Amino acid sequence: MIPIEHILFISTGLFFIGMYGLFTRRNMIAILMSIELMLNSVNINFVAFNKYLYPNALDGVFFTIFIITIAAAEVALAIAIVINLYRSHHSVDIDSATELKY
Amino acid sequence: MNYAQFTPLLLALPLLSFAVLGIWGRKYLQKISGLLGTLVLAVITFISLSIAWNYFFTTGQLNGSYQPILALNIPWLQFGYKDLSIDIGLLLDPISVMMLVVVSVVSLMVHIFSLGYMKGEERFATYYAFLSLFTFSMLGLVLSANLFQIYIFWELVGVSSYLLIGFYFTRPSAVAAAKKAFIVTRFADLGFLIGILIIGIQGGSLDFLTIIERLTNPGSEAFTTLTAASFMGVSALTWALTLIFIGGAGKSAMFPLHIWLPDAMEGPTPVSALIHAATMVVAGVFLVARLFPVFHFNDTALNIVAWVGAISALFAAIIACTQTDIKRVLAYSTMSQIGYMMFALGVSDYGGENGLGYSASMFHLFTHAFFKSLLFLGAGAVIHAVHSNDMSDMGGLRKAMPVTHITFLVACLAIAGVPPFSGFFSKEEILLAAWNGNKAIYFIGLITAAITAFYMFRLYFSIFWNKATDRHVHGDGTFSMKLPLIILGLLSVAAGFIPFSQYVTTDSKAFDTHLHLAFSVAPVLLVIAGIALAWSFYKTANDKAANFSRSLGAFYQSAYRKFYIDEIYLFITRKFIFKIIGKNAAQFDRSVVDGGVNGVGLSTQMISEKIKGLQSGRLQSYVLVFFVGVMVLSILFVWLW
Repeated sequence: MIPIEHILFISTGLFFIGMYGLFTRRNMIAILMSIELMLNSVNINFVAFNKYLYPNALDGVFFTIFIITIAAAEVALAIAIVINLYRSHHSVDIDSATELKY
Repeated sequence: MNYAQFTPLLLALPLLSFAVLGIWGRKYLQKISGLLGTLVLAVITFISLSIAWNYFFTTGQLNGSYQPILALNIPWLQFGYKDLSIDIGLLLDPISVMMLVVVSVVSLMVHIFSLGYMKGEERFATYYAFLSLFTFSMLGLVLSANLFQIYIFWELVGVSSYLLIGFYFTRPSAVAAAKKAFIVTRFADLGFLIGILIIGIQGGSLDFLTIIERLTNPGSEAFTTLTAASFMGVSALTWALTLIFIGGAGKSAMFPLHIWLPDAMEGPTPVSALIHAATMVVAGVFLVARLFPVFHFNDTALNIVAWVGAISALFAAIIACTQTDIKRVLAYSTMSQIGYMMFALGVSDYGGENGLGYSASMFHLFTHAFFKSLLFLGAGAVIHAVHSNDMSDMGGLRKAMPVTHITFLVACLAIAGVPPFSGFFSKEEILLAAWNGNKAIYFIGLITAAITAFYMFRLYFSIFWNKATDRHVHGDGTFSMKLPLIILGLLSVAAGFIPFSQYVTTDSKAFDTHLHLAFSVAPVLLVIAGIALAWSFYKTANDKAANFSRSLGAFYQSAYRKFYIDEIYLFITRKFIFKIIGKNAAQFDRSVVDGGVNGVGLSTQMISEKIKGLQSGRLQSYVLVFFVGVMVLSILFVWLW
């Protein structure tokens, strides 16, 4: 069996790739994708810990399914926001939407 | 059916009439408001008189003494501290029943008189509404069953007095007088309130009957706590009684809190007759009489009462000789007569014939109410006819105003103490009590009696004799103005024959008073001398009075300027309170209080100016801050766990 550390390395890597994308991309769609990457790294963690530490329980799996569901809803919402943003700003560049400030 | 159950009506009716006249009077009831108010007062007078009749002559007496009756008692506010509670109650006992008669009869006379005097006033209905409010408050005051309730009504009479003094609010002097009366009495009431609090907290009760029962029993717990506690070397009980007396002195215009009373004459004259002569100003005397059994156990407080009364009596009488505004003369004379009542209480002892001073004080209050309100109403009739307050505008009015002339003369004889008019009897009793209690005060009272006779007849001769006025005089006025004068004139003669010590005494047990003929010789001779002096000075126009006053020089001048008491008050308030305390307080308010508030606002503004760049609108910088925050928190968490 693959040791748990390997799986944790993958999920950590995935998380920081997502974080890097979140910080550096300017395109809203790309930012959204980075967030999905971070969510998935968390999902992997949940499943892995469930499998390795509590093999008889299913809590981690349930959590993962919840997160996937909510992520789907969130994406639907976020895409709607992006479309609205595009309509008003004619761009999906995050730097062009900075009106909400002091 | 028990008569005492009608007592609440005495308060309900005038309150109702105040509400009706106050709300709808000016719009709908302008014509009949006077009649309406007078009718209500007539009903109240009827109830008061029947209560008095029943109380004094049929059922009030039990085993030879008058029992206090609690006609109503509703617990209103309970503190849960030593069973302390504020009740709303109506107490009938000899002095409150006597006051009922005085207040309602004089008020009725004033209501009738005002029908003629105030006719054609624009705010006629408002005037009657205020009179009803005053009657309500005054009846509530005399019927109060506990200290706090009397304080509430005490303030209410203050408010109605303020409203009525300032009735002609277009005149700046009336507004100033109203404010002065309000502020001075409020200042005195501060003392009253502190006194009430001391009695309530240390004595554990505000109820008159309970207080008197506890504080006249040296063994009781309340008495020991109150005498054991002391402040600046004086026991709490003395403090409490003195402070309560200060409240009474403010209301009763005792020296040195009298400055508001002469100015209060700015109000309509019938109001002066009701409030500033017969009823409200004697509230202080009533208060001391109400707590007399307690005062009796405290020599210091009782001595203060006696001396303040005696000094006020003499002081006001001297000033009254020099004033030329007839209402001001009457105002100082009121102050002087209230001084008589006060020192009569102060020299009185307790129980049986020793309580003569107490009975005499109440007797004088009773007779004074009638002849003094008669004097004021007479003065009102004169002012109404001559359109001036000043003596020099009057003279020779006896032909033009026969009814006013005769009734005024009766009142002057009564207040001077000429037998057999009512003032003679009450003043004799007071002087007798003073002779038995304190010789020095007796002589002050004696001199004051002579001065009283002089200035009252100075007033009388100046108005009705002397040189004839060149003004056009209308005559006596309407029937509604003559009727109260006649009724009060009859009362001023008859009231003296009431054997007062049968009804109103310290221990509610009747005793007999005897007229000591030998004792009356000195006062009566002095009074006649005073009248004769006034006769020679003022009967015909001559310059004897002017020469005499010139020979007195500085003394006359200072008396004419009311001994500069007003100026002293002004000096203290302007130079001391405003300059030293007020200015610094304003400085403190501006720099420290306002400065603190402004400083908080300013620093908030500056800090937010510095950090508002954080709110950049850039999503990714928010995310960065968020992540850094989470990192720091998780590091701290791991570190400290």
